[in-house]
Amino acid sequence: MEFKISKKANLFTIILIAVGVVFTGLGIACELSHGENHFAQRFLANMLIDGFYFFAIGLGALFFLALQYATETGWYVAVKRIIESVALYLPYGAGILLLALLIITFLDGAHIYLWMDSSHTDPSSAHYDALIDKKSFYLNKMFFWIRTAGYILTYILFLRGYRKRSLQEDAVGGTDIHFKNYKKGATFLVFFAVFSSTSAWDWIMSIDVHWYSTLFGWYVFAGMWCTAMVTLVTLTIYLRGKGYLPHVNDSHVHDLAKWTFATSFLWSYIWFSQFMLIWYANIPEEVTYFITRIEHFKLLYFGMFFVNFAFPMLLLMSRDAKRNAGVMVFVGLLIFFGHWVDLYVMVMAGSMGENAKLGLMEIGMMLAVFGLFIRIILINLTKAPLMVKNHPYLDESLHHDI
Amino acid sequence: MHKEAAIREPLILGHKTYGDITNDVCKPIEDKAPKTWYVLFTIALIIGLYGVGSILYLLGTGIGVWGLNKTIGWAWDITNFVWWVGIGHAGTLISAVLLLFRQKWRMAINRSAEAMTIFAVFMAGTYPLIHMGRLWVGYWVFPLPNQFGSLWVNFNSPLLWDVFAISTYLSVSVVFWYIGLIPDFATIRDRAKKPVAKRMYSILSFGWSGRAKQWNRFELVSLVLAGLATPLVFSVHSIVSFDFATSVIPGWHTTIFPPYFVAGAVFSGFAMVQTLMLIMRKAMNLEAYIHTRHIEYMNIVIMVTGSIVGVAYITELFISWYSGVEYEGYAFLNRSTGPYWWAYWSMMTCNVVSPQLMWVRKLRRSMLFTFFISIVVNIGMWFERYVIIVTSIHRDYLPAAWSMHYPSHIDISIYLGTIGLFFVFFLLFARYFPVLPIAELKTILKSSGEYYKNLPDDHHHDDEHEDSHHNTNNH
Repeated sequence: MEFKISKKANLFTIILIAVGVVFTGLGIACELSHGENHFAQRFLANMLIDGFYFFAIGLGALFFLALQYATETGWYVAVKRIIESVALYLPYGAGILLLALLIITFLDGAHIYLWMDSSHTDPSSAHYDALIDKKSFYLNKMFFWIRTAGYILTYILFLRGYRKRSLQEDAVGGTDIHFKNYKKGATFLVFFAVFSSTSAWDWIMSIDVHWYSTLFGWYVFAGMWCTAMVTLVTLTIYLRGKGYLPHVNDSHVHDLAKWTFATSFLWSYIWFSQFMLIWYANIPEEVTYFITRIEHFKLLYFGMFFVNFAFPMLLLMSRDAKRNAGVMVFVGLLIFFGHWVDLYVMVMAGSMGENAKLGLMEIGMMLAVFGLFIRIILINLTKAPLMVKNHPYLDESLHHDI
Repeated sequence: MHKEAAIREPLILGHKTYGDITNDVCKPIEDKAPKTWYVLFTIALIIGLYGVGSILYLLGTGIGVWGLNKTIGWAWDITNFVWWVGIGHAGTLISAVLLLFRQKWRMAINRSAEAMTIFAVFMAGTYPLIHMGRLWVGYWVFPLPNQFGSLWVNFNSPLLWDVFAISTYLSVSVVFWYIGLIPDFATIRDRAKKPVAKRMYSILSFGWSGRAKQWNRFELVSLVLAGLATPLVFSVHSIVSFDFATSVIPGWHTTIFPPYFVAGAVFSGFAMVQTLMLIMRKAMNLEAYIHTRHIEYMNIVIMVTGSIVGVAYITELFISWYSGVEYEGYAFLNRSTGPYWWAYWSMMTCNVVSPQLMWVRKLRRSMLFTFFISIVVNIGMWFERYVIIVTSIHRDYLPAAWSMHYPSHIDISIYLGTIGLFFVFFLLFARYFPVLPIAELKTILKSSGEYYKNLPDDHHHDDEHEDSHHNTNNH
């Protein structure tokens, strides 16, 4: 079935973007009206947050698709096009992220990446920092960009291949494409196993340049997986509500909801492991990270943990709740914003620190990119039939009943 | 109504009927045990008793008989403890997590893997108890009201959390395993001819009659227990990792420990399942139920978890440099180039390199190769714990306290003894318990049996109609 963007949805995304732009403009005006302002730093930090957050959802969907290929899953085939449409946001998200990183690089770190500022690695400078200097073998502009380009290119290559073969399969059928996807799924996971950690260190952990945590990469990964699942389940519920997915039944929604539930637990487990071990050992080099967050972001930091852990756990535990569109969308939206706050604290605590605000600029930029994100996904949905044809597991998925 | 795509490999080979499944599983229990069983049992028992003797000697003399010293207060004891707990992860993972993921191939292995889990946890539990040196006060690890003055457990210590984690895990695993056994015990009971056997299996089967209501409750309980067991699988090895990671010792304190320990535990657990299954399928003529495809699936799990462990090793190594903390840096430099370099590189080879060979389809479908790698992985995982524990503490902050660990013969004999006892339990299980879930296997016969999958299409439709009536039972 062909998807058409309804007038309402069209208007909604335009309003979101418009409100976002207006808020951002007002926010910028507010910031600039202060004599001594942090405009550049604040704006770029927000661009990094919103660029990465929505990019990561696309990436999470791409990862999930690769996972389905590699594990030869059957049930998901009926929602495969939805996963593809979310994953296809990845290049746009990457565009915003790369633009933010590019400007930051030209501004020598813009007080976000301290290691990009050469005064910290110059022994004759008053700002010389021996630790940053030591890390400069890994954290330097050149190597950072080689890695960044490597990640994005790899992701886009795999994404294009998956999409191409998916459309091809509709036309020609057979099992060759399926087995090729199986191999490419496993290959993607190999790259992703390394890149998901290293890119999290590069883009986010290096903001708190002195700090380190071996679990950090997996923490960011768990968050992106969870938000990707929230996006997928909410979108599926929306499309079903509009009558677009006659072959998607409650069982498919239930399975997507289970993934949301499970990945929320995964994220909470990793949050707790990282927090508890550092808090308990109380080693100065490590614990400073949480001290900053507790001193300046106490409500947001613990609040988002509570929301992201307790709400899915309590509200999505039962089978009925996972099959209830209202409950699912409510919890989904809550943790969608909950995880945004998580990323906000990750980036802002290390860059803006005590000067961080959650004002018009933050909300505006978030809404604008959010609107764009929805709009692009909806456009992606129109570009191919919502139901795949000829997939070897299509019949399994159509008969999915749990 | 469930469908299974034609391109999926069948899980039950040949033309088996429901009756065949019952006969194939019950035969080893009803027949006389073969000679090899007695031989293996005797060997395992002798080694086990040797271990028990060594434990008694240790209890009589004190834990000084181990090769510990002032710097290295933890060595083989805790290495073996963690090794066994790790092995004890596969069973519940297979039965709980794979149940939630609807992986039907788990039915070939879940029963024996769960049994293995329970026996492995028994063996693990031995070590902390004998480490106290006074087995008779072992119950002091529990927070029991007492009149001994200020004797009270330390709730701040992860070692205490371990007590709760492992005992909860053990109880849930036993209940889960036993509930699954009940219908199969009833099957054996109904077939038993000798009065003693009939009586025994009758007690074991709790009066199971197979009524619809009982099946209904049975399935509900299985699902609830699976839901409970899943977080437990994660919690146990996470808490074991806290024993180390909450400290401030370089090499121990690293945040990636909890999930990486869990992955490592699944890795070693599956390797042990492979070792046991490859022998069992031959010895008990179960080749139609545990075949190449099952071995391949398990090898893929081993490859994936091995890679996760590999990524974690390399992450630790990199971050030890990246952190800029010289103690961290040194701990890892010492690991890879210090006096215990051979342990580190054995670990790397066995755990990171060897599972990568499973990318080759031919190798992961080869029984002989799989058997070899499964042993290699278990050796590697033993070294992993030894590396983490001993190399991290053998060079103290004070060079004057630097030391090496040499195992005493009691260290070795207790370790061998637990392996012996483990096999004693497992052999008894294989002799008297149904090693495959009879009732569960029957639910996938029509959808995943080779004969039924290859029937021409029009025949399938007849089956579908038949199936759709009683299919509500299947999940």
